Amino acid sequence: MVRLIAVPSRRILVTGLSTYWGARLAQALEGFEQIETIIGVDANEPTRELERTEFVKVSNKHSLLQRIVRAAEIDTVIDTRLVVNSLTASPRDAHENNVIGTMNILAACTGADSPVRKFVFKSSANYYGSEQDDPAFFTERMRRPHPPPSMIERDIVEAEEAVTDFADKRPEVTVTVLRCAHVLGPDVDTNFTRMFGLPLVPMVFGFDPRLQFVHEDDIVHALEHATLSSIPGVYNVAGDGVLALSEVIGLLGKRPLPVLPPMGAATVLAPLRRLGLRIPDEILNLLRFGRGVDNRLYKATGFDYGYTSREGVLDLGEHIRLEPVLRGHEQRYRYEREVEEFLRWSPHVRRERPEDEGVTDREPLGI
Amino acid sequence: MPSDQLPDRRPAERMRELLPAIEPERQLNDWGRSERVEGAMDRTLVEFFYRYWFRAEVEGIENVPAEGGALLVSNHSGALPPDAAMIAKAIREEHPSPRQLYLTVEHFFKGYPGFSMLIPKIGGVAAHPANVHRLLYDERQLVLVFPEGRKGTEKLYKDRYRLRRFGRGGFVEAAIRAEAKLVPVCVVGAEEAAPIFAHVNLMRRLTGLIYFPITPTFPWLGPLGMLGYLPAKFKLRFLEPIDTIELGGPPAVDDKALVQTVAQEVRARIQENLHQMVARRKSVWFG
Repeated sequence: MVRLIAVPSRRILVTGLSTYWGARLAQALEGFEQIETIIGVDANEPTRELERTEFVKVSNKHSLLQRIVRAAEIDTVIDTRLVVNSLTASPRDAHENNVIGTMNILAACTGADSPVRKFVFKSSANYYGSEQDDPAFFTERMRRPHPPPSMIERDIVEAEEAVTDFADKRPEVTVTVLRCAHVLGPDVDTNFTRMFGLPLVPMVFGFDPRLQFVHEDDIVHALEHATLSSIPGVYNVAGDGVLALSEVIGLLGKRPLPVLPPMGAATVLAPLRRLGLRIPDEILNLLRFGRGVDNRLYKATGFDYGYTSREGVLDLGEHIRLEPVLRGHEQRYRYEREVEEFLRWSPHVRRERPEDEGVTDREPLGI
Repeated sequence: MPSDQLPDRRPAERMRELLPAIEPERQLNDWGRSERVEGAMDRTLVEFFYRYWFRAEVEGIENVPAEGGALLVSNHSGALPPDAAMIAKAIREEHPSPRQLYLTVEHFFKGYPGFSMLIPKIGGVAAHPANVHRLLYDERQLVLVFPEGRKGTEKLYKDRYRLRRFGRGGFVEAAIRAEAKLVPVCVVGAEEAAPIFAHVNLMRRLTGLIYFPITPTFPWLGPLGMLGYLPAKFKLRFLEPIDTIELGGPPAVDDKALVQTVAQEVRARIQENLHQMVARRKSVWFG
């Protein structure tokens, strides 16, 4: 069974605070009384409202990060920055963020007197790739059978190697790696949510791949679970159930468009790319061979999923139908540094003591 | 078989409990098997071939365990082999507690348009050791393997009922590791139903198929000619199971001599029974 060493997480550093996952996780962690400090770092300003998380605008430079880690006596670092979608960043930026960035953050946690005792790394199930001779369910102990064909997948593998290396060299640090399946949900923006938002969903002719999804809230809870418990190792994070693409399209109430050619798709897609229809390389193989993962190991650590793959798809479907009605009406949060600092530090702000009005009554998960 | 290709050995019962629950609203399961597609095929094509065309006759169905994982091992033949569908149908029709059967297929099918869609829907699963292990050990299902593989289906009519080499005994290792029973199965009739007279290498390369056979109906009637079986009488015989726990359980996997011996024994028993069944058969068409 899983080794459980109690490492209390009280002082937490979240990287990538301005990314979707960093912000969602910080918001979730703010609700736990036993967490004294949450510090978020990012090169950009936060895009979600945070109550007590402190934002430090800093690049991925390890010397600066190391000073923050030591000064704040950070015991837990949660790295949520990994870019897994090649459309959101140029290959060079993605590489810079995924490989160089991970190395810098790991470097900031090393050193003989480093206070860091726990490191949680959000990785991606794209680590396994998607090939013809794959097993139907990848377990955590499997490696990808072929070298990664796309830049972004190569970066993911390289970043994970750096983390594994760190775990080997620093046995006193609990290192948890979460390989997340494709995320779905009303809030998150991924290749799949965009693809499923199209009126006709493209399929590769003659193929109906098996795909597994995880709801955005479940990823936040999974990161939270890894932070609050002590579970060293690599875990797959994916909802129960592997769906066929045709099944997903049916659940969304869409129609399939089996137009992508089974072979040489890259060549055919090049002119389409000029027209604005971009299908990222890492998706092409997935649309033929799909991927399923074995999600039992993380469940065995005491984690419960809120959604199955199917329920995640249904939730996305509801959002897709509602979206045209809501469009343009939501208030976007803008970070105002002076206001945030005033709220956190001014002696004139009245702060209730946490026990008067509990921040939340949630119990920590796990252990 | 590299060890990192196989799942962790953890308390089995606990891990079985953590398997995803079945969602009754779904028509497909996690392997991509579709009740609807399979049911439709079963009621039409398979029913017709099983009952009226091949008039299948079954012996020893009680040798298929009513519960728990079991690996069925059969001889294999025919351009588009009808044997798997007939074995699956026999278990559904004749067994006192009908069970579904998973069929291991080559990875090739996952990469070929069309096949890739259809095969998983009717219970085909790529022959990856991890897949077989999950089915047998965790899900405790029935799995059918053809250890001869492609060497069996591409053999010519003149070599009928002569078993090819049984791989490297991987099927025995899979069964031992999963603590599953091994059930040898003999099928007579498939060789005459879909005889192959020759192979056309050039066409194989052009179509990207694993082989391009000349049969009585293929390629003359187009792709459907693959289904143009001759009405040979089918006889299926399930032989007495081998209990792999009695062989020493999962640690016995490392005993290569034992694995080879069991593989040889299974092959010999199937071959012997095939000879007996062919010898007693008075007519290819009427049995």
